[in-house]
Amino acid sequence: MIRTEELLLNVGPQHPSTHGVFRIIVKLDGEIITEATPVMGYLHRGTEKLAENLNFTQIIPYTDRMDYVSAMTNNYVLVHAVEKLMGLEIPERAEFLRLIVMELQRVASHMVWWGTYLLDIGALSPFLYAFNDRERILQLFNELCGARLTYNYMRVGGVKWDAPDGWIDKVKEFVRSMHGKLEEYDNLASGNEILLSRIKGVGAYDAETAIAYGLSGANLRSTGVKWDLRKNEPYSLYDRFEFDVPVGTNGDCYDRYLLRLEEMRQSLRILEQALEQFPEGGETMGKVPRVIRPPAGEIYVRIESPRGEIGCYIVSKGKAEPYRLKFRRPSFVNLQILPKLLVGESMTNLVTILGGIDIVLGEVDC
Amino acid sequence: MSGEDRREESAKLNETKGEERRETEEEAPTEGSAGTSAEGAGTTPTDAPAEGDNREDVPSAEADSGAAGAGADPNGRKPEGEEQASAPKQVQAAAEPKTGPVDAKQAAEGEPAAPPAKAAEEAAAPAASSAGGEAPVRRQETDEEKAARRKAALEAREAAKAAAAQGAARPEAAGGAAAAGRNPAAAAGRAAPAAADAPPPPPSPNQPRLDRAAQLLRELVNEDAVEEASINEPNDHLPTLVIKRDRWQACAGLFRSHPELNIDYLRNVAGVDHETHMEVIYHLLSLDSGHNYAVKVRTDRESPSVPSVTPIWPTANWNEREIYDLLGIDFPGHPDLRRIMMPDDWVGHPLRKDYAPLDPEV
Repeated sequence: MIRTEELLLNVGPQHPSTHGVFRIIVKLDGEIITEATPVMGYLHRGTEKLAENLNFTQIIPYTDRMDYVSAMTNNYVLVHAVEKLMGLEIPERAEFLRLIVMELQRVASHMVWWGTYLLDIGALSPFLYAFNDRERILQLFNELCGARLTYNYMRVGGVKWDAPDGWIDKVKEFVRSMHGKLEEYDNLASGNEILLSRIKGVGAYDAETAIAYGLSGANLRSTGVKWDLRKNEPYSLYDRFEFDVPVGTNGDCYDRYLLRLEEMRQSLRILEQALEQFPEGGETMGKVPRVIRPPAGEIYVRIESPRGEIGCYIVSKGKAEPYRLKFRRPSFVNLQILPKLLVGESMTNLVTILGGIDIVLGEVDC
Repeated sequence: MSGEDRREESAKLNETKGEERRETEEEAPTEGSAGTSAEGAGTTPTDAPAEGDNREDVPSAEADSGAAGAGADPNGRKPEGEEQASAPKQVQAAAEPKTGPVDAKQAAEGEPAAPPAKAAEEAAAPAASSAGGEAPVRRQETDEEKAARRKAALEAREAAKAAAAQGAARPEAAGGAAAAGRNPAAAAGRAAPAAADAPPPPPSPNQPRLDRAAQLLRELVNEDAVEEASINEPNDHLPTLVIKRDRWQACAGLFRSHPELNIDYLRNVAGVDHETHMEVIYHLLSLDSGHNYAVKVRTDRESPSVPSVTPIWPTANWNEREIYDLLGIDFPGHPDLRRIMMPDDWVGHPLRKDYAPLDPEV
């Protein structure tokens, strides 16, 4: 007589498909997950606590290390919050540079996602394509600010380095060639039957659930909710450019896959316009007091990072250090829906669903 | 581009960056010496206001990292470390004796009616007093000065309060008064006029929305539900409500279900230790109308507890766990209130202002 038994399986914290130090304890009935409990905090560095003893310029490098796949947007959310609290004016050239690097970063971040997601599912070669092209963006960043991953590029009031001679032309060249590359990505994987059978209809949820769980970014838009902070609550110069906000219909992993590919195309569109309008000369640093001391008050700003709404809440008591700094991290919030999605799925889909959410553990744990 | 080309190019680039750094480095000391000349014994008091102006114009990037760039590797990471180590000292030394004039200047800006000569006089006063000594880095305060400062701060606070009562509480005016409070010479005669002169600001575009929300909460939940209602002007005129702790659960339900408010999206939950009390801030959003609200719930520090809103917005689940973990605020009604970031056997709540690690070695 065959006896069935409940199996408790520990996945992670060191497991390639958890994309960092993330652990899930799953209860299995055969191959079907009956319960999943995420465990995190392995990468908790206490950024918010550390920030309370640092001045705002010193906090910027810490934001690089939260979402290290998209450090530029993290830089931006902090300096944007401080600038808004102080009512600072940012020179146009600096704002253009910020927008260009943020959109390049979005493309780079989605490339990492695309490559590693397909790797999770079992396709090795897309990873190589994606990282090869991403390397060109990192090279551009390296030329701009001397770092490949943790840029520490933005400052309260502007950016640290002006674009070196010829840099804008190099970005233009990259954007031109990237259109063809995205087509190549599509041809390589998007219609692949194995991929479709693995991700189509998997990990689906409706708009109501997505909103209740506070999902943002592609996770929210895949359900058909047209919500992109670049359009709905414009910041920086996004209201000057034309771009579409793609939305899905089924809210499954396949929709999220298509959305992220489409978002790369839209980012290239923004980049084309921004590079065309890039001002010839001008300052890259606004008029900022030597000691950055925002007035007493509080502020919550949010921007659209590649993973969704990243927010920064600052309570200032008029000192050079924040009294309290809190980051709303999209990875952390988006990950909450995981246990709900996993119940009733097979063990193989765990990797598919987790990968589809697109988390970065540095940001989950902060 | 071949690998070799790229290397060559990046080497070239590093070279140019190095040059830039050297330039900024050369500049920095000149700026520093110009900036600190107010301390010099030979400076006449009349120079001081001009110094203040100068200081405002100096971009900070030069100051805080240009100086630290010496011998830094082009990678951009190392200068940061050096910056942390050396720059604060320099910046502090340069800035501290001058806090007076700049504050006075800011205060003067907050009060457009003040004659420029008066502002200049006030600005000069502290600079002159520090110029008398051997250019002290941190001036010792005498008892009289301390008392005067306390008095001035008190006056400034009261003036700000009076302004708020008049409904003319411009944040700049309040800020100006507070800044003046740090400067005894400037504050004494000025705090009151600053408050009186401020013209009534135009009402915020979001004021009707705030009033309506407060009215709904008072009518449909309880008369005492809303403790305070204000507009957070720098934050895009964000309507901010302080809600009584005991009423929060009912209010949250109303926010969610009332067709006029229709808050379906909880953006962010943050906890703050204010030392006198704890506070939980909810940033709410209605995706349909795009309306934003901030709600604060205050609780005492000894046994902090705020009703959980996880049953209303499931996204609050991990956020509340995080706040419980790091600040020790209890959320009755939460389905699974455990630590989320720190290990389960951790002692204490790290984000509290008085947190001391159990084992300092950890």
